[in-house]
Amino acid sequence: MSEGAPATAVDELLRLDGIDVRLSGREILRDVRFAIRPGEFTGLIGPNGAGKTTILRVILGLQAPSSGTVILAGEPRGKSRRSRAGSLVGYVPQKLAIEPDMPLRVRDVVGLGIDGNRLGIPFPSRARRELVAGTLRAVGADGYADARVGELSGGEQQRVLIAHALISQPKLLLLDEPLANLDIRSAQGIVAVLAKLAREHQIAVLISAHDMNPLAPVMDRIVYVAAGRAAVGSADEVLRTDVLSTLYGQHVDVLHVHGRVVIVAGEDGVDPASLGPVTRQPDAVFGGGAA
Amino acid sequence: MSSVGHLFSYIAAPGLLSSGPVRIAALVGAVVAITSGTVGVFTVTRGQSFAGHSLADVATTGGSGAFLIGLNQFWGFLVFGVGAAAFLEIIGVQRRRGRDVATGVVLGAALGVAALFLYLGSVTTSTTGASFTVLFGSIFVIAPSTVPVLVASGVIAVIVVVVLSRVLLLSSLSPDIAAARGVPVRLVGATYLMALAVSVSLAAVAIGAVLSTALLIGPAATALRVARGPERAMATSAVIGVIATWLGIILAYDSYYWPPRGHGWPVSFFIVAFVAVFYLLTYLRRPSRRGRAQAAAGPSSPRGPRGPKGPAEQAGPGERACSAAS
Repeated sequence: MSEGAPATAVDELLRLDGIDVRLSGREILRDVRFAIRPGEFTGLIGPNGAGKTTILRVILGLQAPSSGTVILAGEPRGKSRRSRAGSLVGYVPQKLAIEPDMPLRVRDVVGLGIDGNRLGIPFPSRARRELVAGTLRAVGADGYADARVGELSGGEQQRVLIAHALISQPKLLLLDEPLANLDIRSAQGIVAVLAKLAREHQIAVLISAHDMNPLAPVMDRIVYVAAGRAAVGSADEVLRTDVLSTLYGQHVDVLHVHGRVVIVAGEDGVDPASLGPVTRQPDAVFGGGAA
Repeated sequence: MSSVGHLFSYIAAPGLLSSGPVRIAALVGAVVAITSGTVGVFTVTRGQSFAGHSLADVATTGGSGAFLIGLNQFWGFLVFGVGAAAFLEIIGVQRRRGRDVATGVVLGAALGVAALFLYLGSVTTSTTGASFTVLFGSIFVIAPSTVPVLVASGVIAVIVVVVLSRVLLLSSLSPDIAAARGVPVRLVGATYLMALAVSVSLAAVAIGAVLSTALLIGPAATALRVARGPERAMATSAVIGVIATWLGIILAYDSYYWPPRGHGWPVSFFIVAFVAVFYLLTYLRRPSRRGRAQAAAGPSSPRGPRGPKGPAEQAGPGERACSAAS
């Protein structure tokens, strides 16, 4: 319905311009600026606490920036009503703690994606059932449509939440660390679903991750966040010692190891354990072999 | 009604349904059970059992105060319950486990005041039953004139909760998602707390302020263990509450013929006992409905767009282990 008829040729779906966020005197984000085009797969990469979630909350309108503008589908964020932006943007928040006794089945959760923001009881209808079933199929979650969400594994819950975000047919999908706590194979499954959505349905995907390794094959661009600032570009443009050192405000080394990129902060040297596929000590790992 | 009466004649003492107080008790009890059951589903889902209990404690103060000044206890329950709901909203009890200590102190004070009121009430009016009816209910001595008010309050609370059900569920799932989609999460939460206060006040009239939480939480928790989907959970919870209440009323009426003869057992005891029994019965069911869901889905269910997946993707034990570890 509200597809937002493109009066002008808007080739940018989202633009963040000079976003500053200060919370009780502390600077969370400084001068973050980047743009996303339809169907683009963007990784929002950076260490924990760098400000990735805050960036997503600013885009969603959950966090007002201290200064700067967010332009969504050609309209400044502040002027459009929240609900209008809500239909343009699908959101998968950071890992939810869903209790097993939450009375929602998978199909209920996805149905809430259609009209969970409305009053009254939903009309059960064939069209509604088929929309839910089709969306679950699109994310590969149709095998457990009647299970309770609280009883699913982490990877299964992520698929359900993606379906929930997807069913309102957004132009932009925001995902906050959806791969955290998943084993590699589940993470790859989720990434494949997202890449397919971006490619086939022209849905722009902005996905935050502290470990960029599983995203490496599908990312069109990287927004690298560290210490509240962001560097934007292709992997080759961003993952460089000079760029990231400026960002971190201290010297970091970008090391190419076994076809991966390992980012090591400071003068501590490389911890051998950090060279594995999942690392804690360095801030991020990047599988650069595919590039 | 007559066929029901026929059935009851085998289990209930004679004269059950011809008794005016019993009829009123059955009607009000059903309204209270339906209200508590419906509202309670969201209380459990939202993790607000503690809030429900808090409202009941403060309502005790209101009920005892109303008794002291000669008002109907329901008004005392209601005014103090709604006031407490507003207070809880202001200090932010919406957050799980939020403000435990501050709430606890206030509740202690409220119950202390209730003790004072009940004492003064029993001293000045020389009726000793007051503390019992405030604390443990008075479903058999409800004045017919208050019945319309009780029914109307229950209907309003149920309508509010049903109308809000989707936004309540969405904000239980994730307040952030709800807010991003334009739901005024805080206003919805506050409105829900008001409905909860009304529900607790009704239950306080029926089975007593102290026991009202049992009718709020018990049937809902039972329903959430057996029913699928939010609508069915609400309906099941209401039905369980009504069954427990009516069975309780019947047995309480019967108990006039039990020892000590001539003194009926308190109806609240029976209602709460049935609620507890129903809840415990759910543990006799097989534990995993998830297993059934997966078995029903069968091996043909496509999992992911990348074609065949390895065994790890199929079963996801690794995912489970990871999420459990975090």
